[in-house]
Amino acid sequence: MFKKLAITAAALTALAGTPAIAAGGAGYVTDYAFSFEGPFGKFDQNQLQRGLKVYTEICASCHGLQYVPFRTLSDEGGVGLPEDQMKAYTSNFEVWDSSLNDGEGDFRQAVPSDNFPAVNGVGAPDLSLMAKARAGFHGPYGLGTNQLFKGMGGAEYIASLLAGYTGEEKEEAGTVLYENKAFPGGWISMAPPLWGDDLEFDDGAATDLESISQDVSAFLMWTAEPKMMARQQMGLTSVLLLSLLTVLLYLTNKRLWAPVKKKAKAAGQPAE
Amino acid sequence: MSGIPHDHYEPTTGGEKWLHKRLPIVGLLYDTLMLPTPKNLNWMWIWGIVLTFTLALQIITGIVLVMHYTPHVDFAFASVEHIMRNVNGGWALRYLHMNGASLFFVAVYLHIFRGLYYGSYKAPREVTWIIGMLIYLLMMGTAFMGYVLPWGQMSFWGATVITGLFGAIPFIGEGLQTWLLGGPAVDNATLNRFFSLHYLLPFVIAGLVIVHIWAFHTTGNNNPTGVEVRRTSKAEAEKDTLPFWPYFVIKDLFALALILAVFFAIVGFMPNYLGHPDNYIEANALATPAHIVPEWYFLPFYAILRAFDDTVWLVQLVGFLTGGIVDAKFFGVVAMFGAIVVMALVPWLDTSNVRSGRYRPMFKWWFWIFVVNFVVLTWVGAMPAEGIYPVIALIGATYWFAYFLVILPLLGVLEKPDVQPATIEDDFNAKFKSSDGKDGAPAASPAE
Repeated sequence: MFKKLAITAAALTALAGTPAIAAGGAGYVTDYAFSFEGPFGKFDQNQLQRGLKVYTEICASCHGLQYVPFRTLSDEGGVGLPEDQMKAYTSNFEVWDSSLNDGEGDFRQAVPSDNFPAVNGVGAPDLSLMAKARAGFHGPYGLGTNQLFKGMGGAEYIASLLAGYTGEEKEEAGTVLYENKAFPGGWISMAPPLWGDDLEFDDGAATDLESISQDVSAFLMWTAEPKMMARQQMGLTSVLLLSLLTVLLYLTNKRLWAPVKKKAKAAGQPAE
Repeated sequence: MSGIPHDHYEPTTGGEKWLHKRLPIVGLLYDTLMLPTPKNLNWMWIWGIVLTFTLALQIITGIVLVMHYTPHVDFAFASVEHIMRNVNGGWALRYLHMNGASLFFVAVYLHIFRGLYYGSYKAPREVTWIIGMLIYLLMMGTAFMGYVLPWGQMSFWGATVITGLFGAIPFIGEGLQTWLLGGPAVDNATLNRFFSLHYLLPFVIAGLVIVHIWAFHTTGNNNPTGVEVRRTSKAEAEKDTLPFWPYFVIKDLFALALILAVFFAIVGFMPNYLGHPDNYIEANALATPAHIVPEWYFLPFYAILRAFDDTVWLVQLVGFLTGGIVDAKFFGVVAMFGAIVVMALVPWLDTSNVRSGRYRPMFKWWFWIFVVNFVVLTWVGAMPAEGIYPVIALIGATYWFAYFLVILPLLGVLEKPDVQPATIEDDFNAKFKSSDGKDGAPAASPAE
């Protein structure tokens, strides 16, 4: 009985994920191997710093990161900028402060406790959570092993999208649409933002289109899930401790029931 | 408290006697904890503890989350991100709470299926069953409203679709929907009242859980044989039972620890597995998501809701007979709530006088088909309502109602039950006799 129900439970859990199937979309998403995938994955600090540079020099002109505080750029397990660099970076931004100018509000220089400013106007979506708002192709199918080892695929989706332009364009109702292999529906209104060799890195890392697409995608995974390293650490610690507790309780239970079972066995014997 | 004879608490020291005369609370706790429990309970009897734990987990994490959350359409989404990024351990609280809801429903479904298989709903436990169903309904309401609070796209559109169901009720529907939402559409008023009720209902659930426990402590637990504990004397009762503490507390805690190990693996390594990516996009009344799907635990009922579209002859007939007052949408709503109502009425729909499915050769088959059907409905509920899926949903929904309204009433008459053991003791002893290796029953599994 229990076994059958356990199988059912497993099947239920498997099916449980299906709601997001639709979100996978029709686009083609490449399975890039990111360093942060899997239970023991880690963000690559150099890659995140390169991604920050790509974001700052290219994406930031249209896309905001309004939920990301500047100070978290110095957090361990993430971008990990030294504090002075983080402060210097922050001072390049201006934020709106409604308390200034006798309550009229005014712009002022950003401080580390501020969030990145929202970028409105061009209608481009905020990127803070983009890597979690797209399921990519991994999707929560099956038993979840794919998710467990490869993540949600949001970062893969972004990287595939950035590198997925075919070069075709069309005009529709006054808007220019660009053909993109990764975008559901195939036509996206964002002009190709990256071409390869758009910028240079201090560490001399590759600047071809696929490389910088992955760098900025890894950075956006961090902006979406900045506590991922702490979370995985907690997961590991609690699974180990709970496993230990499970073993101890199993042994306790076994010893507790042993006399009861012995008695039952003895009582059962003559009846045979 | 229990009808099964057992030792009761006797105050010994002066202080205990003093308190016991005025408030017998120690006695109450003692009797609750030392409840005589059938020896032969199997591993399907652990879900009660899992559910109690999960309720506590949800209430505790929820109370702390509220300290940092802002129930306002302009700030709700941002305040959740504030919890995820700025509150110490906030991400852990939030992911525990979010996945705790799924753990809650996994456990409650297994708990309900346990009850359905072993006939735990049958006399004299109907009240326990009915209270359980009320708890389940409140859980669904609470989970639904909780899902709205992060104010993501699925929150908003899920709320729009589900509250729209009330709008399908003839005559009063539109007014009722406006009253529920606090306005013509899902907006700040809706968010605020959902927040208020999401905080209130868990405490109502906690109260009902106490009544649920009180009820089955009065009748005694059911057990895998469905045979009642002998209760003519304490000595007789002790042959069939063991005290809840320590035998079942330790057993249940072992199971709980194992389940929590899996739960924490999900929270730590793939906390968004059961969520929908669209809920990381802030609610936008102007952009409808491509597919609006509820959380996984609502899918079977969502499938039943959508199964009855206007191509179904029954829907057409009812529509014709009522002069169009009952349209397909309202029919679906009635079917969805009706699915739960027939389940709640199962104590009176099941006519068999044999309690446990173990001794019901025909029932077993129909029961397992019911379980498979439930899984199929969950799956089809997640699929778009086009192509073959509505047909599957309709077959599944029909089986759901047939199981409760036709199969269970008829089985009691048609079925020839197997021989049941005379006592729980016999069943328990027989199990360990066979574990000598005769039919390969797992000898190592404790307390089975």
